[in-house]
Amino acid sequence: MSDFILETEALTKEFRGFVAVNGVSLKVKRNSIHALIGPNGAGKTTCFNLLTKFLDPTRGAIRYNGRDITRLKPADIARQGLVRSFQISAVFPHLSVLENVRVALQRQRGSSFDFWRSERVLDQYNERARELIDWVGLSEFADTIAVEMPYGRKRALEIATTLALDPEMMLLDEPTAGMGHEDVGRIAALIKRVAQGRTVLMVEHNLSVVADLSDTITVLARGEVLAEGNYETVSKNPDVVQAYMGAGHG
Amino acid sequence: MSGSPTPHAKETGMPKHQRAIVVAMVAVLLVLPHLLYPVFVMKVLCFALFACAFNLLIGYVGLLSFGHALFFGWAAYVSAHAAKIWGFPPELAILSGMACGAVLGLVVGALAIRRQGIYFSMITLALAQMAYFFALQAPFTGGEDGLQRVPRGTMFGLLDLRNDLVLYYVVAAIFLGAFLLIYRIVHSPFGQVLKAIRENEPRAVSLGYRVDQYKLAAFVMSAALAGLAGAVKSQIFQLASLSDVHWTMSGEVVLMTLVGGLGTVFGPIVGAAVIISMQNYLAELGSWVTVVQGVIFVVCVLAFRRGIVGEIAAKLKKPL
Repeated sequence: MSDFILETEALTKEFRGFVAVNGVSLKVKRNSIHALIGPNGAGKTTCFNLLTKFLDPTRGAIRYNGRDITRLKPADIARQGLVRSFQISAVFPHLSVLENVRVALQRQRGSSFDFWRSERVLDQYNERARELIDWVGLSEFADTIAVEMPYGRKRALEIATTLALDPEMMLLDEPTAGMGHEDVGRIAALIKRVAQGRTVLMVEHNLSVVADLSDTITVLARGEVLAEGNYETVSKNPDVVQAYMGAGHG
Repeated sequence: MSGSPTPHAKETGMPKHQRAIVVAMVAVLLVLPHLLYPVFVMKVLCFALFACAFNLLIGYVGLLSFGHALFFGWAAYVSAHAAKIWGFPPELAILSGMACGAVLGLVVGALAIRRQGIYFSMITLALAQMAYFFALQAPFTGGEDGLQRVPRGTMFGLLDLRNDLVLYYVVAAIFLGAFLLIYRIVHSPFGQVLKAIRENEPRAVSLGYRVDQYKLAAFVMSAALAGLAGAVKSQIFQLASLSDVHWTMSGEVVLMTLVGGLGTVFGPIVGAAVIISMQNYLAELGSWVTVVQGVIFVVCVLAFRRGIVGEIAAKLKKPL
């Protein structure tokens, strides 16, 4: 098996002539934390949506575990173990925290089309759901309706839900966006724990989080790869400094 | 508000307070035809069933169909035709109406679920309007006259439906059965996925659910049950007419569900009872009924956004 779990080859996305992502070739190493950073409008989120198949690339190929997934549907790549999060917190707002996690655990049953059976059959997943909820530090919220929790807690719930699928690889879209200082620390610590035995690819704005967590960083600017390497290498790269600070600095 | 887990009854999986309401409902249904005109109560039950079927889609999947009259009305035509022309016994006539609803639901649903939000609603409306026009022109629907004097017949060769009271208990049994079926659909592993789709569709996709298949399945179930309501209606009134397929019928079912409480178990029943009673008891006001209905609708949307049952449930902090 190759060292790289996810590879893209000259991935390109055009919107009506505007090139949002241009010939991006990424290689994400197995069991590493890989960050995708760049100034606003660099194409990070577009790139992310291409990888998770929420957008179709104009050109290029995506390979996951050596298999071509370029033309698969989003639900199908999730079934192969590549699970994403969203920029705005993606919970099921009017379900309880326990039910949120259980919806993901329920995937183990395959497709749940059995409308004639009582939902009590889902109680078999309660124990595992509570373990996951404890694990992300939401024990006292298990029966709370998700929408009633503060933002940082929702992101923790989202991670618990994603973990319920036991994904081989997690794609996190700005996991700490819009969070207070305290929450950022908590979520960063959580990501570090989640990443043990998994691969994580994240888009992130908070450079201290990126510096702290990432094994590899890819810097995007104007839809193209500007630099790649660990934090030390990338942060000293003059092109990167210029892209972030504008001309005249550094 | 911390939703404390409600204790479930072992055999039904229904929380205790809901079970109590269902028992009370059965008791009321048994007595009601002796207090009120049975045909009126049957009409309420028929529309309550229609509204429950509609609520399955909007309340639990978040899909607003604006063409449910299509399934209701065409099922009424088919079952009336089956009973009158083909001489089907009532049970088979009703089943053919329901099957018609399911087939139409499959066709309309397959087209409509490709789009979301308002576009979904528009597609259902457009297809229902096409079907209305077809009903107006096709010879076997009787055009403006509809299909009249549909024979009621004998159900299972045992129950003489020409007797209003016998028919009433048959209709009440069908209603209860369908109500419990919808309850089960909503509170099943399948229903749990539906709610997840309603709450956050992209997230359900990212968890690996092929959401279109779930939406289509729910659409077909809703259409089949709306068809059941239409078929029963044609048996009660011995009539299938253009008003059953008209878009105002689609509007009325939206109104009933909203007034009663969207996404509640008992709301559509209450909503149907309120709207049908109004139409019945305010009939002497003539066209003012629609004005009164409009006012109630506005008051509902402004003051009780959750509908009658929804507001009560919020006050009691219990799902109803």
